Amino acid sequence: MSSNISSASSRDLLLRGGRIVDPSQGLDAIGDVLMRGGLIEACGGSLTAPDGADVIDVSGLVVAPGLIDVHVHLREPGREDVETVATGAHAAAAGGFTAVCAMPNTRPVTDNQATVGFVKRQGEAAGFARVYPYGAISVSQKGETLAELGEMVGAGAVAFSDDGRPVESAHLMRTALEYARAFNVPVAEHCEDMSLARGGSMNEGLMSAKLGLKGIPAEAEEIYVIRDILLARRTGGHIHLCHLSTKGSVELVRWGKERGVNVTAEVCSHHLSLTEQAVDGYNTNAKMNPPLRTETDIEALKEGLADGTIDLLVTDHAPHHYDEKEREFADAPNGIVGLETALGVNCTYLLHPGVLSMSQMIDAMSCKPARVFHLPGGTLARGSIGDVSVFDPSRVWTVDAARFKSKGRNTPYGGHELTGQARMTIVGGRVVYRAET
Amino acid sequence: MAGSLGKDLLGLADLSADQIRLVLDTAVPFREISERQIKKVPTLRGMTIVNLFFEPSTRTRISFEFAEKRLSADTVNVAVAGSSVSKGETLVDTARNLEAMKIDMVVVRHPASGAARFLAERIESNVINAGDGTHEHPTQGLLDLLTLRDKFGDLTGKRICICGDVLHSRVARSNIWGLTKLGAEVGVCGPRSLLPNAIGEMGVTVFDRIEDAIQWADALNILRLQLERMQGGYIPSLREYNRVFGVTRARLDAAPRDLLILHPGPMNRGVEIDSDVADGPHSVILNQVTNGVAVRMAVLYLLAGGRPELAEAAKRGAP
Repeated sequence: MSSNISSASSRDLLLRGGRIVDPSQGLDAIGDVLMRGGLIEACGGSLTAPDGADVIDVSGLVVAPGLIDVHVHLREPGREDVETVATGAHAAAAGGFTAVCAMPNTRPVTDNQATVGFVKRQGEAAGFARVYPYGAISVSQKGETLAELGEMVGAGAVAFSDDGRPVESAHLMRTALEYARAFNVPVAEHCEDMSLARGGSMNEGLMSAKLGLKGIPAEAEEIYVIRDILLARRTGGHIHLCHLSTKGSVELVRWGKERGVNVTAEVCSHHLSLTEQAVDGYNTNAKMNPPLRTETDIEALKEGLADGTIDLLVTDHAPHHYDEKEREFADAPNGIVGLETALGVNCTYLLHPGVLSMSQMIDAMSCKPARVFHLPGGTLARGSIGDVSVFDPSRVWTVDAARFKSKGRNTPYGGHELTGQARMTIVGGRVVYRAET
Repeated sequence: MAGSLGKDLLGLADLSADQIRLVLDTAVPFREISERQIKKVPTLRGMTIVNLFFEPSTRTRISFEFAEKRLSADTVNVAVAGSSVSKGETLVDTARNLEAMKIDMVVVRHPASGAARFLAERIESNVINAGDGTHEHPTQGLLDLLTLRDKFGDLTGKRICICGDVLHSRVARSNIWGLTKLGAEVGVCGPRSLLPNAIGEMGVTVFDRIEDAIQWADALNILRLQLERMQGGYIPSLREYNRVFGVTRARLDAAPRDLLILHPGPMNRGVEIDSDVADGPHSVILNQVTNGVAVRMAVLYLLAGGRPELAEAAKRGAP
């Protein structure tokens, strides 16, 4: 895949003296990593630099298989004013990600092989993080007719979702799960019962009652979580549940996994670090769907992530224009940018407090995304693609949205101090991002 | 300019008990102005106030306008049809345009919760929330408090039950915060489908039966039932609402004491309240209207930087 990225690098690259953490090989040791021809040539121990190789000293830093975010919105085609594939992929690289999966809710919707191919080519042309397109489950995301999944897989789609618009028809979801089995790709669901959630703009609870905003109850998510788990059990298809936000969802996924259902799940960094309190004062940069929930939910999500019930960490990177967020809360769009803060947030809220070990965090951000979505990478094993993230888990920095590579500035972390930052991102053996200071 | 209330009045959740008492105490001398032959003092002469209404309102807008005119402010009414979104111009642009015309205060009514705060954070003028979505309606809360205080004196330990559609009511929220801060016990009564799910965490007692609420309360504040709630599927019919939750003479006759009856208006007679209750001897519904002007005069005066101890002098006509 992405052959022109892989072949772009001809010079050998040696990363010297970093802490190599590669859960795919059970590795956590100081050593060198050598890349040649865009692939991992050797990993671990003290290596000799071949003649003409670039040698970069990464001592004091963590060297991990490239981070992969399977849930981003890059807005192209359609809303190039808020993000393009190129700016999004640049933001990804700046955040330590070597690959992202782009959701299909573009304009026009990415529901056909031509658009899938377009997104993929835009990613290759940009030359930052790899961009893997999602295809829509249904034509125009309308939830009526199954889109041409097979052709989209042929054009490079790695998964399917009507993200942002839950598949209301259980029959259509069942059909998608069955049909997608032929291509061995996950069907990803944005779990939300719209009859409960419609008009809601934050978590239903005390804060929504105080602010006079219509709430979205946890059950709006959980009803779809269990429905889709049951459909996956019936069909044997692979259901991937997007951005879980409630305690009940974690319990239901655990129930499904215990019964051997082919279900995987993801959680966003913001749902692990912020509660509905962040909405107070009608902060539209704390408005997203699913909404920020409560401490109880955060505890359950952390537990689910640590015990493997939840497989992946994602961002749900969703850039919006400043003017769109600068308005009455109920009218502002859902979503926040996350690519350039996720690693810092995860280090600050998961790694350093001991919720996850370094291996667990890298597993959830790299190895498992590759495995669950059948993507290359997620490992530093010899012969793998040369996608590597180098980061400093201890570096303290203050989030300044004005410095983002993303066009989006809509972050709830502006001015927050985070501990942990990407320092260098390597895709196909080529350095695509290096921190300036 | 910032008076003892701060720059803006956005909600009673933001005010201390002392600040609430200050407004009520200030309103008392102002009430007398409306009793005069010449109902005007020069207190706010030269100030420009814009009444910016994004939602239709008769009572609140007129009440504010009387309050402003009796204090000699220059007022402009701006009624925006529909929401700012449908109009095309954003709320922030509307605000900045008004400010560019050098105004002193904005009284804003808007269908979106948080709209008054949004405005207040973006312009230098004082902002008074005249109702934002289902969030707060602080001057209504204050006039309800004044009306209750007129009858009860101290509100400590008094039991006030808010009846009806608490879920969608900005009046209910302002009442809950204001009454709680002044030491009253607050109850709510209505179908559970019209109460916030988290109502139990708001420090109030919940009554499922209006009969029980009437047994418990010293006063009922009966909310208007928005007729569109039936289309929204929250209640089966207005007829049933009246039969199950309506405040009727017969139900009040069973009470162990006389209950004060408040209603923020406009009333749906025969739905949430029967006419013989609305017009009965213990109804203070028209006192609320009178107090509305006085409370709004007090808020305008205090936000304009008026010193509370000079309210008496202001009333006498000293500039």
